[in-house]
Amino acid sequence: MKTLDFRFWGLLPAHVIMLLTLIVPIGIIIMVSFATRGSYGGFEFEFSTASYQKLLFNEGWSGETEFNPQYIFIIVRTLFLALVTTLICMVAAFPVAYLIAQQNARTKAILIYLVTLPFWVSMIVRVYAWLIILGNDGVIETTLVATGLVQGIDSLLFNNWAMLIGMVYSYIPLMILPVFASIEKLDSALIEASHDLFGSRLKTMQKIILPLSWPGLAAGSILVFVPCLGAVLEPILLGGGKTMLMGNLIQNQFGGARNWPLGAAIAIVLMSLVMIILMINGLRSEARERKEAI
Amino acid sequence: MSEKIDVRRYPGFRLYTFVFFIYLYLPIAVVIFYSFNDNRLVSVWGGFSLRWYKSALANENLLSAVKTSLMVATFATVVATTVALMAAIVLVRMKNVKFRKVSQTVVNLPLLLPEIVLSVAVLILFSQIGLSNGLMKLMIAHSTFCIPFAFLPIRARMQGMEMDFEEASQDLYAGKWTTFRKVTLPMILPGVFAGGMLAFVISMDDFITSNMLNSGGATTLPVYIFGLIRQGVTPELNAISALIILVSVAIVSAVGLILSRSGNGFGSD
Repeated sequence: MKTLDFRFWGLLPAHVIMLLTLIVPIGIIIMVSFATRGSYGGFEFEFSTASYQKLLFNEGWSGETEFNPQYIFIIVRTLFLALVTTLICMVAAFPVAYLIAQQNARTKAILIYLVTLPFWVSMIVRVYAWLIILGNDGVIETTLVATGLVQGIDSLLFNNWAMLIGMVYSYIPLMILPVFASIEKLDSALIEASHDLFGSRLKTMQKIILPLSWPGLAAGSILVFVPCLGAVLEPILLGGGKTMLMGNLIQNQFGGARNWPLGAAIAIVLMSLVMIILMINGLRSEARERKEAI
Repeated sequence: MSEKIDVRRYPGFRLYTFVFFIYLYLPIAVVIFYSFNDNRLVSVWGGFSLRWYKSALANENLLSAVKTSLMVATFATVVATTVALMAAIVLVRMKNVKFRKVSQTVVNLPLLLPEIVLSVAVLILFSQIGLSNGLMKLMIAHSTFCIPFAFLPIRARMQGMEMDFEEASQDLYAGKWTTFRKVTLPMILPGVFAGGMLAFVISMDDFITSNMLNSGGATTLPVYIFGLIRQGVTPELNAISALIILVSVAIVSAVGLILSRSGNGFGSD
């Protein structure tokens, strides 16, 4: 009888906390996104789809609505940067993960520790480090000028490239770990068999290693792509706050711009994008499990 | 020529991995290096000096931000670890749990959503219920998003455990509570420890939520550093960053060592 009780009581605190501080508030976000902007910031409960309209249209100076792609650009730029970051992480992480998986147990443990260590160093400090390297009078500029190669360079900061560098740096450990895990599970006899059958290294990579490490690459892609969509620090510090991503766009609506309904609407768009991606991923891995079960 | 070729090896991978590790550590090394720079200009070397460390450690705003962060992280760690432990016992160790999968998803919900969305959610919530105590807001919000980080290591530890010992304990007429205290808890302790440390580090490191809720004098360390960065790159900022790097590396290494000793498969596998 007592265990039956704990089945209820044990889960109660977690469920209550999530319900009160997360599930209900997300409901409130949806409500706010359909509310009207208050005169002193905040919002007023008066139903309107103005925020969602604002994502697509602008009110012209004579009151007509005209298509305004600025928010669509930001959403597309966010998706694009997240996608490119994920692809770079995949390509850059694979050889490292593969090499680590080939080591003996002790070396493996040390190398995995070294991969994860920077990840535990404060996020803001890691982004700041790139500010010192790329910034005006930064390490790269000073070094290049000192060697006499150039007189001075245009700022390397505050553009898409700087954000990309920062995002790859921040999230690449999240790609290496799952890829490493799937390569480690790979039976090395398969590689030898392929070689015995006169498969070249390239062929073996194409036909054996890459297909078998695909689950790790897929898992890593989700781990990198999702946080990239919601990145805030990289666009503010490395993108200079002018090249917006969805993350700092939302933040601005609750900070300086004080348009809560618009911020809420963008947050709902971002959340929906993440949900769609996670759902597609869930369906795919379910399909794979079913295929393997047959 | 009977020299055996290792077919698993790919030429260039070794060199590439070496370069990769340089890329991974160079930015951190740059920050530490320039923190010893005597020059007020960050990237112009002016000789070795510890003066920025001295001025960082005497900076009262910094110390009060550290204090706020420690208070919030300690509170969030205790709440998140306790709640996660209770949830894990039910979800992993008990039979016939209804809606196990849904419950599991609910517990991990903060991991499935972008943090900026969560921070907007709590911001609107607190403004609606009129909670204005900055410290309280941070403690509640951090406790929520730390739960899955405490939950996952505890679950991992429990999944690798047999039921035998607990059954043996109960066969010997030990009550449920005694069994938990004397048998279950010591066995899962490394997982609880790992979960607690993970929650603590995540809370200390949090920027997005803490920045969104930043008000009422409750400024955490990352939010304070963010403010400094906006004022411009300074050598003192480098010294503060170097200190943070040092402390995080020390904590993570200590945790890794303790866990590998306890045979959690963390680094010893």
